[in-house]
Amino acid sequence: MRQGMAWYVCKRLIQGVVTVWFIATATFFAMHNVPGDPLLNDRAMTPAIRANLEARYGLDQPLFNQYLIYLGNLARGDFGISFTQENRQVNDIIREHFPVSATLGILAVLFAAAGGVLWGALTALYRNRMPDYIIMFLVILGISVPSFVVAALSQLGLVTLNNLAGRSLLPVAGWGSVFHMLTPALVLGLSTMAYLTRLMRSSMLEIIDSDFVRTARSKGVPPALIFSRHQLRNAILPVVTVLGPQIAVITTGGFVVELVFAIPGLGRFFVEAVQQLDYTVIMGTTVFYGAFLVLMVIVVDLLYGFIDPRVRLQ
Amino acid sequence: MYSAADFLPLGEQRDVHGISRPSLSYLQDAWRRLKANRRALASLYLVLGLLFFTIAGPWLWRVDPAVQDLDQISQRPGVDRAALIVPDYQSWDGAGETGPLHVVGDATSQSVRLKWDALPGAFGHRIYRNIFPVGPELAYGMPLAEFFDNAITHHEDRLDLRPGRYYYSVVALGEDGVIGGNYQSLTVDVQRVTTLAEAVDRGLIADQDQLEVGDSIELQLHPLGTDYLGRDMLARLMAGARVSLFIGIVAPALFVLFGVVFGATAGFIGGRVDQFMMRFADFVVALPFLLFMILFKIAFGIGPGESGVMPMLVAMVVLLWPATARLVRGQILQLREQAYVQASQLLGARTNYLVLRHMLPNTFGVVLVTLTFEIPKAIFVEAFLSFIGMGVAPPTPSWGSMSNEGIATMLTTPHELIFPALLISMTVLAFNLLGDGLRDALDARMRNSG
Amino acid sequence: MNDRASRANFSELRQLGLYALYVVSGLVAAVWLLGIAANSTGSTVTGGAIDADGKAITIALRTEPPQLDYSRATDSSSFTVLFHNMEGLLTYDDNMALIPGVAERYEIREDGATFWLREDARWSNGEPVTAHDFVFAWRRVQDPATASAYAFIMYPVKNAEAINRGDLPREALGVRAVSDHILEVEFEQPTPYFDKLVAFVTFYPINEAFFESTDGRFGADADMLLYNGPYRMTEWVHSASMRWERNPDYWGDHKGFIDTINVGYITQDVNSRLNLFKDGQIADTQLVPQMLGEAMERRWQIDRSMDGTVFFLQLNFREGRLTANRNFRKALLLAQDPVEFVYKALKEPSYMPAVSLFPFWIRGVDSYFRQEHPPMPHEYNVAKAREHLEAARQELGLEEFPPIHLLADDSPIGAVSSEYYQAVYARNLGLELRIDKQIFKQRLAKMDAGDFDIVVSGWGPDYDDALTFGDLFSSWNLNNRGRYSSPEMDALVRIAQSELDPVARMEAFGKIQDLVHDDVVIVPMYERGWSYVVDPRLKGFKRRAVGPEVDYTYAWIDEQATD
Repeated sequence: MRQGMAWYVCKRLIQGVVTVWFIATATFFAMHNVPGDPLLNDRAMTPAIRANLEARYGLDQPLFNQYLIYLGNLARGDFGISFTQENRQVNDIIREHFPVSATLGILAVLFAAAGGVLWGALTALYRNRMPDYIIMFLVILGISVPSFVVAALSQLGLVTLNNLAGRSLLPVAGWGSVFHMLTPALVLGLSTMAYLTRLMRSSMLEIIDSDFVRTARSKGVPPALIFSRHQLRNAILPVVTVLGPQIAVITTGGFVVELVFAIPGLGRFFVEAVQQLDYTVIMGTTVFYGAFLVLMVIVVDLLYGFIDPRVRLQ
Repeated sequence: MYSAADFLPLGEQRDVHGISRPSLSYLQDAWRRLKANRRALASLYLVLGLLFFTIAGPWLWRVDPAVQDLDQISQRPGVDRAALIVPDYQSWDGAGETGPLHVVGDATSQSVRLKWDALPGAFGHRIYRNIFPVGPELAYGMPLAEFFDNAITHHEDRLDLRPGRYYYSVVALGEDGVIGGNYQSLTVDVQRVTTLAEAVDRGLIADQDQLEVGDSIELQLHPLGTDYLGRDMLARLMAGARVSLFIGIVAPALFVLFGVVFGATAGFIGGRVDQFMMRFADFVVALPFLLFMILFKIAFGIGPGESGVMPMLVAMVVLLWPATARLVRGQILQLREQAYVQASQLLGARTNYLVLRHMLPNTFGVVLVTLTFEIPKAIFVEAFLSFIGMGVAPPTPSWGSMSNEGIATMLTTPHELIFPALLISMTVLAFNLLGDGLRDALDARMRNSG
Repeated sequence: MNDRASRANFSELRQLGLYALYVVSGLVAAVWLLGIAANSTGSTVTGGAIDADGKAITIALRTEPPQLDYSRATDSSSFTVLFHNMEGLLTYDDNMALIPGVAERYEIREDGATFWLREDARWSNGEPVTAHDFVFAWRRVQDPATASAYAFIMYPVKNAEAINRGDLPREALGVRAVSDHILEVEFEQPTPYFDKLVAFVTFYPINEAFFESTDGRFGADADMLLYNGPYRMTEWVHSASMRWERNPDYWGDHKGFIDTINVGYITQDVNSRLNLFKDGQIADTQLVPQMLGEAMERRWQIDRSMDGTVFFLQLNFREGRLTANRNFRKALLLAQDPVEFVYKALKEPSYMPAVSLFPFWIRGVDSYFRQEHPPMPHEYNVAKAREHLEAARQELGLEEFPPIHLLADDSPIGAVSSEYYQAVYARNLGLELRIDKQIFKQRLAKMDAGDFDIVVSGWGPDYDDALTFGDLFSSWNLNNRGRYSSPEMDALVRIAQSELDPVARMEAFGKIQDLVHDDVVIVPMYERGWSYVVDPRLKGFKRRAVGPEVDYTYAWIDEQATD
């Protein structure tokens, strides 16, 4: 059993490496197929200046050689130097900015999970009554309003709140303290929270009608106990199941929130790099995110094996 | 005695077996249960209404979404449209009587001509316009122009003039070019005007002889107001619907279709081919979606005059098919083991027949549900791309790009954000609820629970 | 359905409340932990826009400077940071006039220039700033290995271009340190405006010993630079924040009245910056037209300034292009009205409808250049435009005009401009314009390749001299992306480049201005400006047309003013 486990992990990791190679290759060729030129700038270059720049970035080599060099560097974990931030290693950029995105993402997931479970349970308790309607209406908003509209409106809401309070209760943008993170994380986790609330509500309702709850009730188990022992516990399972993929989506999907709230995360960096055609940053970020996602999927799969005995490895 | 008529064959008798209720096919049954779901039915009507708005709308509301009505820029819905006809605009060289700050000629939405005598001790002047009277805090409003030269004592304001009351101020500049507290103020009521040439240009009258200077005329009607270039919001929303719903519906339709073909092939052939095909699908799934969406969008490029819808469509199809493929493959693998399929195979059914008659129709339910849930996602992706500036190219409107433009003017002219955002929300909601309803209706386990 | 289950039970609710309490306390703990983690990656700014006691202000930058290696810097954000923390031979005062920087005095001759450096100029490590530092920096700019994109701005220095091409060693550059405090420059050709060039970042000095110690990471971080300006950067968290503190080693006391300038936020989003300003977190912010209504409502004192950049439709003169035909270009010029464009479509009060290649603030001999050489006023005449169009049609032997390719960038203003001109030319001339919206680098690639008929473009000044605009359409200028080429223009630009008599030189610029209008090299659109608002407690803040976009070096805090 232990050996089977090790072999399984090994196999998954090898598959992961091949997948990362595929992502790297796809990115490289997609990138070099993009019309335009990362070296161009507002002020036109003399051929001399241009030749100097090309040599600096190895763009004077044939494409396939560039690809080999790129793969070689990648194998050593070196993503190269940024085209726009000429003095910074892409590795440094990722090291500095990914933790920001990750922190924001983790908090968003926590908010979403906690909020989803609590609201979901509450709506199930109050089924078809006012609290249910109010929460479900908010859920509908969370699901159907585009994230950038939510982000812009919530920032405006913060300004209004602070102006009314006469002092800064919560910062409206920026990064650096706990208070900077709250609103962006909430906005980022909002749609997931709405989704989880819905899921929690329906799985709670399903369990209320299930046989074992009926049995427990007829045995005379106190309702509070039924609620906590049976309903809540069993209803959370499907929520945990969908949470895994959601974590990956959220930690890599903070573009909008990072842009609106001026957060120095990797997502915002990527958007700026694309606008500047910064080859190395684009490739580095994509491959890094790809590898991160692959790793997350493997980890989540393994964890499921532990949480739910019904899931067999392979 | 028998007559010949008694030996005629009997007519076909209908109710031999006495089935009291009509037999229901799978789809009929699903439809019946969908109809019972009030919420799903309402969203179905909403979807149909949106399609009607998109397809038939432009036939009913025949306003060109590209025409710019520069007399009515960022106009809220339902404002007064009466305008006075004035002569064509003539440029002004500052002629007029001298005196403290005053208006030369009439103050109209065409222009407000201001003239003043140099303020005492001024080294130049700055002209402000405000929507409030200048108070003790000396907030003069927005600076229109600055002349660091006492020889110039006139200014013609043509900046986005709207009918209503303005408070103009001319403020003295000190020797260092900084404004001091020395100012003159003037209240001006601006009247909405247009010219005969413009009226003809915008199709309000057939030719210039119909009316003359001094007459009044109603400007064009814009039921939902106009945008930042004076374009009709209703017409733009309809045009935008074509883009947003096209991407929202066609892209999922295409990648779901591709997924079905891919998944069915893999599932049916099985073995090494299946392994290989599914490994490939795994690779594509592993690509970070939004990042690659952006990457592909710029890699495909947009040529002049193109809207950029096609690259978006292709990128979505390339990236999003594997989920459906996996789903359909799983279904096919299950179905292949079903007894009726094996029976059919024993009876000599060919592959084509098996796949087309037995397998694919049985995956129809899941595929339809997937499709319905993918549509809102695709609409969001379009809106997201517009937000980061990678959406459709101007002048093509889409709901996403319109909302993004609307965010800038959220406080001053909220209708530019509310309408497109509302349409996005309604569409997303309708498809989500419809998807829920379909899933319940097509779920075989619930077939008898009614 | 069980009726009991659908009723919320008090005990169940209490149970849920208990769980909620656990969850919330768990969340608080998690947030607290994450907050500790985030501290190292974000700004440490506290205290709001103005901290009168600590003599500190907080501001926002639009973009992160890609790098601060000034031999290679090309963007306005870097220029802004460098202007506050560095100083060249000469610099600008608060009225945009050239004043001494590291050089106390200078002399420009026909064949070269001499700069006498002040002896009390110091680097932030205490070492004196010497002529050798300039020689090292300038040679490095021209060194092919540096790959400086702005190397061309130094080409007036003898042998610069040849070194940059790799034909000569870097030591051959026409600059030498006569002594520690005398810098001698040799020219390739007479360069009467050289004093204005040396205020530009590419000409800033580099301390060689320090440069070697950075091991290729020069300008990458706050401690990878030595400072000699009124401020020095003590902290730089990439894409998040910076701190500039008053430089105690700076030689003068005419600059730097605020002790600490915190760049607390870096964001391109104007709405975000406005919200920060409303919240009292930053000292100034730009106002776009949609914000002016609210600004008036809040009784803010709105200010304005010119940005220096002129925007125009650049036309393609390459063979086979419709725009190579003069009548066609004439039609394009006459059929549009920049006044309507600026006041109706853009609605921006600080923008000025443009009439010339030269913006109004360019200086002439005694006053403004455009007062000495007034440009032709713009004529908006659709009937006349149609006549020219018809003439063009006959000259070109066309039945009908094919669609015109209009290239534009992906900014919001780029979209408005292209949509507006598309509608104008369709209405007034019946021409079909096809908009080609491209991201920055793709648009540049298409411009370089000549893949356009009309391109929405702008030109901003590098230095405070008419030549920064005047040589744009010489046939050898690579920024002349429409490839306009005329011997007359080339002759005029040569005069403008090397004529030592200022009157004759301005005369040449006047003729360039007329020629650009006559030949319709461009269709002027607008001169860009800024509407902005500043915290009333902050005085002396400047926005500049040349050099840094924003200038806080002359700013001070007025404690009497109310919030």
